[in-house]
Amino acid sequence: MTFVAKPKLHHPTLPQNALCYTRRDYEGKISTLCAGCGHDSISAAIIQACWELSLEPHRLAKLSGIGCSSKTPDYFLGQSHGFNTVHGRMPSVLTGANLANRELIYLGVSGDGDSASIGIGQFVHAIRRGVNMTYIVENNGVYGLTKGQFSATADQGSTSKRGVVNADSPIDLIGLALQLGATYVGRSFSGDKAQLVPLIKGAIAHRGAAFLDVISPCVAFNNHAGSTKSYEYVRAHNDAVNRLDVIPARAEIAVDYSAGETVEVEQHDGSRLRLHKIDADYDPRDRIAAMNYVQQHQARGEVVTGLLYVDAEAEDLHAHLNTVTAPFNRLEAAELSPGAAVLAKINAGFR
Amino acid sequence: MATVQEETAAAVPVPLSAVNDFVIKFANVNGSGSASANELFAKSILRMGVPVSPRNIFPSNIQGLPTWYEVRVNERGWLGRRGGVDLMVAMNPQTWDADLAEIEPGGYLFYDSTKPLPRSKFRSDVHVIGVPLTQLCSEHYTVARERQLFKNIMYIGALSVLLEVEPDAIEKLLAEQYRGKEKLLDANRQAFQLGRRYVLDNLPHPIGLRVRRADNVGERIFVDGNTAAALGCVYGGATVCAWYPITPSSSLAEAFQKYCMKYRVDPASGANRFAIVQAEDEIASIGMVVGAGWNGARAFTTTSGPGISLMNEFIGLAYFAEIPVTIIDVQRGGPSTGMPTRTQQSDVLACAYASHGDTKHVLLLPQDPTECFEFAAAALDLADRLQTPVFVLTDLDIGMNQRLCEPLAWDDARVYDRGKVMTAEELDAGKEFGRYKDVDGDGIPYRTYPGTHPTKGAYFTRGTSRDPYARYSERGPDYVYNMERLLHKFDTARSLVPAPLPRSAAKPARFGAIYYGSTSPAMAEAIALLEQDGLQLDTLRVRAFPFAESVRAFIDAHDAVYVVEQNRDAQLRSLLINEFDLDPARVPAVLHYDGTPITARFIARAIGERVRTAAAQTSHAGAC
Repeated sequence: MTFVAKPKLHHPTLPQNALCYTRRDYEGKISTLCAGCGHDSISAAIIQACWELSLEPHRLAKLSGIGCSSKTPDYFLGQSHGFNTVHGRMPSVLTGANLANRELIYLGVSGDGDSASIGIGQFVHAIRRGVNMTYIVENNGVYGLTKGQFSATADQGSTSKRGVVNADSPIDLIGLALQLGATYVGRSFSGDKAQLVPLIKGAIAHRGAAFLDVISPCVAFNNHAGSTKSYEYVRAHNDAVNRLDVIPARAEIAVDYSAGETVEVEQHDGSRLRLHKIDADYDPRDRIAAMNYVQQHQARGEVVTGLLYVDAEAEDLHAHLNTVTAPFNRLEAAELSPGAAVLAKINAGFR
Repeated sequence: MATVQEETAAAVPVPLSAVNDFVIKFANVNGSGSASANELFAKSILRMGVPVSPRNIFPSNIQGLPTWYEVRVNERGWLGRRGGVDLMVAMNPQTWDADLAEIEPGGYLFYDSTKPLPRSKFRSDVHVIGVPLTQLCSEHYTVARERQLFKNIMYIGALSVLLEVEPDAIEKLLAEQYRGKEKLLDANRQAFQLGRRYVLDNLPHPIGLRVRRADNVGERIFVDGNTAAALGCVYGGATVCAWYPITPSSSLAEAFQKYCMKYRVDPASGANRFAIVQAEDEIASIGMVVGAGWNGARAFTTTSGPGISLMNEFIGLAYFAEIPVTIIDVQRGGPSTGMPTRTQQSDVLACAYASHGDTKHVLLLPQDPTECFEFAAAALDLADRLQTPVFVLTDLDIGMNQRLCEPLAWDDARVYDRGKVMTAEELDAGKEFGRYKDVDGDGIPYRTYPGTHPTKGAYFTRGTSRDPYARYSERGPDYVYNMERLLHKFDTARSLVPAPLPRSAAKPARFGAIYYGSTSPAMAEAIALLEQDGLQLDTLRVRAFPFAESVRAFIDAHDAVYVVEQNRDAQLRSLLINEFDLDPARVPAVLHYDGTPITARFIARAIGERVRTAAAQTSHAGAC
């Protein structure tokens, strides 16, 4: 698929957003992933979400690690700077980039091998620090680029394409993220764009560590019977707790839902997360309850999806570090060097 | 003096006698509060205008293990370790025997004489000075911790009488140290006077070793290299510091924090113009620095050898993807955990060629705290200019010991060199942007910061091979173009890094010596020692890698050039041989690597013997 150049012409009837951009303005290079790969659906959802939010593409920075999922930032937002870092270490690079310029939007794209196996340490600590980012794990339970080895999210007892049974316990990134203090936590499925797009929109609008675990079947190595990350399995076991609408700041509320059916949460930027309850008892503002619910349902083999937790009052790393509002990369010597007179005083203190 | 000394008086050689030229070593127990008292002692001598160079020799331990503080007093200003001890303050029974053995014949032993010790515990050729410190403390203090702490300041009082250190200098330092804590000040003063009083009333004084007011300190300052490097990062404009605690570099990050909190807070908002993250490990530290550098902020990390090992993959990424990174490596004894609290210059090769694949990195090699300040600030400029990792290689000897050095200097007109950064205006003006294209012929491409322009200048940064326009490519010619350009860029670095400093002997010399970093003060003194022996030696202090061409010229101009360094494998020598394709026989190695700082005596002996042997061999060959 890489051998066909993408046409630059836009169809005149393509809808435009508030910036007069069409969806095409948010696309990137043509994907080199396998036909039917769940990751390409997630890339499409990211494009849709950014277009709907009317983001300026160049004001977003996209970072990734190594692996199939980490290649995808080349396939969306071609006008954004991207950084394909080293295996499992995207979180630290994103953290540093975020510190350097707090004005950009940071999107981290990773996989289950990248985040749960080699990069579990960096995943854990970036979440702990509350880095303002949207962290998406494209979770397929296998290493694709090296042809089908299990990753750390593969369920115990699930089988590989070659018939090997995975004996190790899986790492549940949702459970970890909740426990570590992520302030926006959701799970979705690459095959459910209607659910995924608003989750990404809400994550981008969130100030703080937003984590999305997106089950994304690997058509080449993990889409067979015996896999718990296949299209068929996830469709059969998808247990959605809610449906999300993201209402931009200042937008008029078109329809009123009756109380009890929806939960509404206003985020820092004024946007509102309107959650239509599917499970009437599920409250995404209660972290402990969310952890219990997810654990109980997962134990039954269900894949719990939706916006699982949100803390609209969250603070991010910049707030914790009390940094100035100006991006560090614009500060000059006048603002950073204490000057020769101060140095003379410092010298005097060393005598 | 104590009776032991009188009984053995017949065997004692003439007591050492010296004014402003001796070595005193304090043997203490770690965690007993001796460090601040010992520092006070060293500083009081400086205040009398007499140069001193102290060295902490400490264990990897918080409490209980032996620790030493060696102070060299030297009016001529030799700041390296001399070797040997003239006066041992033996406060640690655990190390008594070894400490006693270190004293020069005719030297002095100062000890706590509260409990009588058998004669066998002393040396007949050493003068013994006993002060019942424990007894004095028990008489005057009731709290156990006070009894311990004030013992230290008490022996400083005693020594001040024995060595004729001006009490006013010490009292003044105490007043500065305890400003606003009058109760503590009074208690310290009292202990200090108790020590003085005991010696004045009971012991012959002064002894043969004395301090006399001089004027040889001048404007110089007394600071450790980690503090100075931290200040270099503050002045050099670092806004992001990501680090992981490791001896001997931790105090650098902590000093950066201290000075930032003082000088980098926006007065209007109270918000910080800095971010310091104590990362989960060294991999995350360097990752954050890479991310910040990619995004246009000045960032650094500080670490030691084990951290460098962990950072290797990221260093390769920063080299290949061309991202500014500053790494300050305060070297310690390796390999592995090695000797974490001892000094070495053993990360030279690990840094010069860090990471897999073909790499070469810029190294800056400061000799003292002043250069730690200058090179830390310079590294931030060079990293931006060259878009590559820049290492500042200091070591424990420079980093954690206070050293007398030139005052730190900063020119307020100095502008940070941000390197080749293409702006939105330049892109709009139609300037061509090829992220990895050499347009100026110096191997250095242009970069854009993320978020610069809506439609121009965005690119995808990756550790994989790519073409000059940052497009993924596995084509051989694209790969080779890039690798050759990186080499060319490294060549450009040669003219930007601090130049080597030559020193010619008074008379034409057949032999030379190359040295770097913390070897500097010992080397300066060694040259003087060798000259006294009639041996002329030209020297060259290398201050950076890549090496200037003048380094090769220096080697070519001599029959042999001794490369003096503090590691087992002659790492800088290997780098010289490799980079200049030298005949190894032309650069004999002089190596000191037991973890203690190299001494002038060691260098002078090693080079002296070899020069004499070489001279004998050539004259013999000439006769044939």
